[in-house]
Amino acid sequence: MALLQIENVTRRYGALAAVEDVSFSVEAGEFFTLLGPSGCGKTTLLRMIAGFEAPDAGRILLDGIDLAGTPAERRPVHTVFQSYALFPHMTVAENIAFRLKMAGKEPQTVKVGVKEALAEVHLEDKADCFPHELSGGQKQRVALARGLVNRPRLLLLDEPLGALDAKLRQEMQIELIKLQKNVGVTFVFVTHAQQEALALSHRIAVMREGHIEQMAEPAKLYSFPHNRFVADFIGHINLFEVIVKEATTGHLRLTASGLGEIIAPPPDGVKAGESGWFAIRPEQVCIGQRHDVELKNRFTGTVCDYLYIGDVTTYKVELENGTLIEALMANSEPGRARFFEVGDEVTVAWRHDAGHFLDE
Amino acid sequence: MRNKWLWVASVFVYAFLYLPLVIVIAYSFNDSRLNAEWVGFTLHWYQVLLNDEQMLRAALNSLLIACTASGIATVLGTMAGIAIHRYKLKLLPVLVITPVAMPEILLGVSLLLFFIQVLNLTLGMLSVLIAHITFCIGFVAIIVRARLAGMDESIFEAARDLGATPWQTFRLVTLPLILPGVIAGALMAFTLSIDDFVITFFTAGVGVATLPLQIYSMIKIAVTPEVNAVSTLLMMLTLGMIVIASRISPEAIKGNA
Repeated sequence: MALLQIENVTRRYGALAAVEDVSFSVEAGEFFTLLGPSGCGKTTLLRMIAGFEAPDAGRILLDGIDLAGTPAERRPVHTVFQSYALFPHMTVAENIAFRLKMAGKEPQTVKVGVKEALAEVHLEDKADCFPHELSGGQKQRVALARGLVNRPRLLLLDEPLGALDAKLRQEMQIELIKLQKNVGVTFVFVTHAQQEALALSHRIAVMREGHIEQMAEPAKLYSFPHNRFVADFIGHINLFEVIVKEATTGHLRLTASGLGEIIAPPPDGVKAGESGWFAIRPEQVCIGQRHDVELKNRFTGTVCDYLYIGDVTTYKVELENGTLIEALMANSEPGRARFFEVGDEVTVAWRHDAGHFLDE
Repeated sequence: MRNKWLWVASVFVYAFLYLPLVIVIAYSFNDSRLNAEWVGFTLHWYQVLLNDEQMLRAALNSLLIACTASGIATVLGTMAGIAIHRYKLKLLPVLVITPVAMPEILLGVSLLLFFIQVLNLTLGMLSVLIAHITFCIGFVAIIVRARLAGMDESIFEAARDLGATPWQTFRLVTLPLILPGVIAGALMAFTLSIDDFVITFFTAGVGVATLPLQIYSMIKIAVTPEVNAVSTLLMMLTLGMIVIASRISPEAIKGNA
């Protein structure tokens, strides 16, 4: 049985449904992420699991037991808030001890528990500091230690890395993965940052306007998005309007208006004559001089723009029919920022098993 | 100081504010019946004060009312402040805060009519006490709400999330955080109550005198150094309270808590 089961949960604010008929389950030990743009309902969902809000319809079960009627303070579920929500009038040690004291633990047990929790997040020397004396990353760790000290069944994290700068964020991501593995507590993580979700999660649910659009492991989600929204929200992607010309078990033959034929991997249940989109990631598109690309899906075009961001350069290529396609190339040669100039005639190509047909 | 005029201006302002107080204090030690010229130092007027039965009773009444009224108003005002903050009701703040903005004379008259005609209450200590609580609640509520306004709401949710009952959340998290505001509110209520004249005048009836009422009835005859002495003591009491409160919570006094 799954640790957490969300069954047809709906939450409305007036006429607006923040979460509508959402169902999913989270297994014990999992790092599960709710990903979506702001206002998609992911935080509302988290708040319902924590017990700060009640669903208008549907059930939330933990270990098979319906949580309705159990107030937030009695749920074995803790939250790491976006603002950290540390108690400003308590020291780091007192903040962490709070949960243990509320659970009625003996003073000696509290002391040992706090010490262990501090060790887990490498803050042994900050026990007597007040929250305002800590850096953002340190506050973040205290919030984590406080949430984990009594080993909840579930730890909910509401955009916990949102306030950190990019470098620190990356460090904390690595630490978060380690911590989750070490303590073995199930994490439900909320974020709008797709890279963060991909880096951290075992599974991701992409949400939009109160619905789950797709739920999958990071690599699957990235490579095989179900629809245009997911494809566009996770990373960059090229989209072409196409019509299915032929669908066999081995491949899909698509025609893009004015571009010609594209061979794509066959998804289930697609029939000839359907229209939709062909989606392909920029890093799967090879770019080269006419002679050095030997792949089935080949088109010629002119480089019309490029963006150098250090490790890679993205080239924008205008194909013969006017379609724009982005191709990404690693900057493998030291000191060289680009391999092509604006106006260069190039060939873009990709493998016949790359890319993806989307019908919605 | 680089700017001479700024200096001059501030000296004038401070003189305007504090010179009258200094004169009151000085003449309370003056060895003369009149507040006219300095004759010599004496503690005589304080001695007179200590033997003035009426004055002592009035002082006791004032202290009793101020302590009780500020105590009760602080509890109720704190509750009102939290409720206004938490439930975002439209009518509640209007109801709680209106007495603060209402002219005192209006409040005095309406309370008088209310006590006599509706409650059929004999005017005395109780009516004064209720009246003082009424106008103090609003001040406490405003200060407590201001203290809560800038606070991160998720702190209180975090407490519940970590297993605290609503009462534990209040006792261990909310109250310690708003305490500077509560103390400032209590202090405000105390000082408002102890020197209130208008509302007390209407609601005290004939039997009860508070310090302001007693001082007023004395200066109807003449401003004696005894009045200076009692004013000085009142001033010292207020000053002492401010010092104590600033020790307990420095930000409460600054008002930007």
